[in-house]
Amino acid sequence: MNPGESINAELIVLTYGALVRQLVSDLENVASVNKQLDTMGYNIGIRLIDEYLARSKTSKCLDFRDTADKVAKVGFRMFLNTSATVANWNADSTECSLILEDNPLTDFVELPEGCEDLVYCNVLCGVVRGALEMVNINVECSFVKDMLRGDEVYEMRLKLLSHGAESYPFKDDD
Amino acid sequence: MYGRQSLVDRPLVKAKAEVSLSAFAFFFSELVQYCQTKVSNVGELERRLEDVGYGVGIRLLELLCLRERNSKRDTRLLDTLKFVHSTLWKYLFGRQAKDLEQSNTADDEYMISDYDLFVNKYISVPKDLGQLNCAAFVAGIVKGVMDSAGFPARVTAHFIQIKGDTRKKTTILIKLDSSVLAREAGLPAV
Repeated sequence: MNPGESINAELIVLTYGALVRQLVSDLENVASVNKQLDTMGYNIGIRLIDEYLARSKTSKCLDFRDTADKVAKVGFRMFLNTSATVANWNADSTECSLILEDNPLTDFVELPEGCEDLVYCNVLCGVVRGALEMVNINVECSFVKDMLRGDEVYEMRLKLLSHGAESYPFKDDD
Repeated sequence: MYGRQSLVDRPLVKAKAEVSLSAFAFFFSELVQYCQTKVSNVGELERRLEDVGYGVGIRLLELLCLRERNSKRDTRLLDTLKFVHSTLWKYLFGRQAKDLEQSNTADDEYMISDYDLFVNKYISVPKDLGQLNCAAFVAGIVKGVMDSAGFPARVTAHFIQIKGDTRKKTTILIKLDSSVLAREAGLPAV
């Protein structure tokens, strides 16, 4: 994998923090902040997948298990320099958890009173959802465990909704 | 905080690994786009970016003083400017800023200039936004640092065109509050 350029990790922590603070002060309630973060993540995801495909040099995913593995091992490593563990598969391999023990977005972060319901890292859910949607995999993604809210780890639940069929973009040349 | 050790009780670890620049670029672009929905002109957009940077700046001053400066903070103007030019810049960009100059025309104005700031790396400004310089975010950081160090100032970011140089040079203009100069004048020369 081509490492590309990198910057101080804390700068992202602080910048992301500033962004979340801005949202909290602009929007009336925490639920809409969570939603906005998810939307921003989605916008990031649909563009981020291009860079992933261009730089990661990974092969095609065989099934959803493979996909989850690549998101956890390659995707997180590439952009956030950390990696997640895939666990808790359900019986028919359509749901799993990505477990992050170390989340580079949340250094220096504490949730103040009144923001207990804020899903601080919700942006990551949006990113995963957006990126996978661009490769025809529709997923639902949400945090079920959050260290900022007292859990032991960050756990992101990933649920496969549908596998879009690959279709040739006939209209491209019109 | 849910029974965990509070943040200030934990050790202040050394800055850890780096993350990909594109991760930052993605966040920053969302930030700019979000700010854009809240404003009606370029000036306001820059001011909004400055405000966001300001919050980063006040935190960085504290962090850098504790970590790099043995919990000491400079109290003289020139030292503080040097702190911004070297320590802060190294932290943000991995190198010292190119220049730190005092303006020829006004002695309350200082300029820190550098080439190719990474905040501008993946940003192409559309025509209708003309003079927008997203380094306004960096200006905000500098303002946050200056203000909380006790040197209130107006800080703005500008592109500077130099003949025969295709690189983009950004100058951060620091215009100090008159109270700062009055106070400095009363102190013994360093």
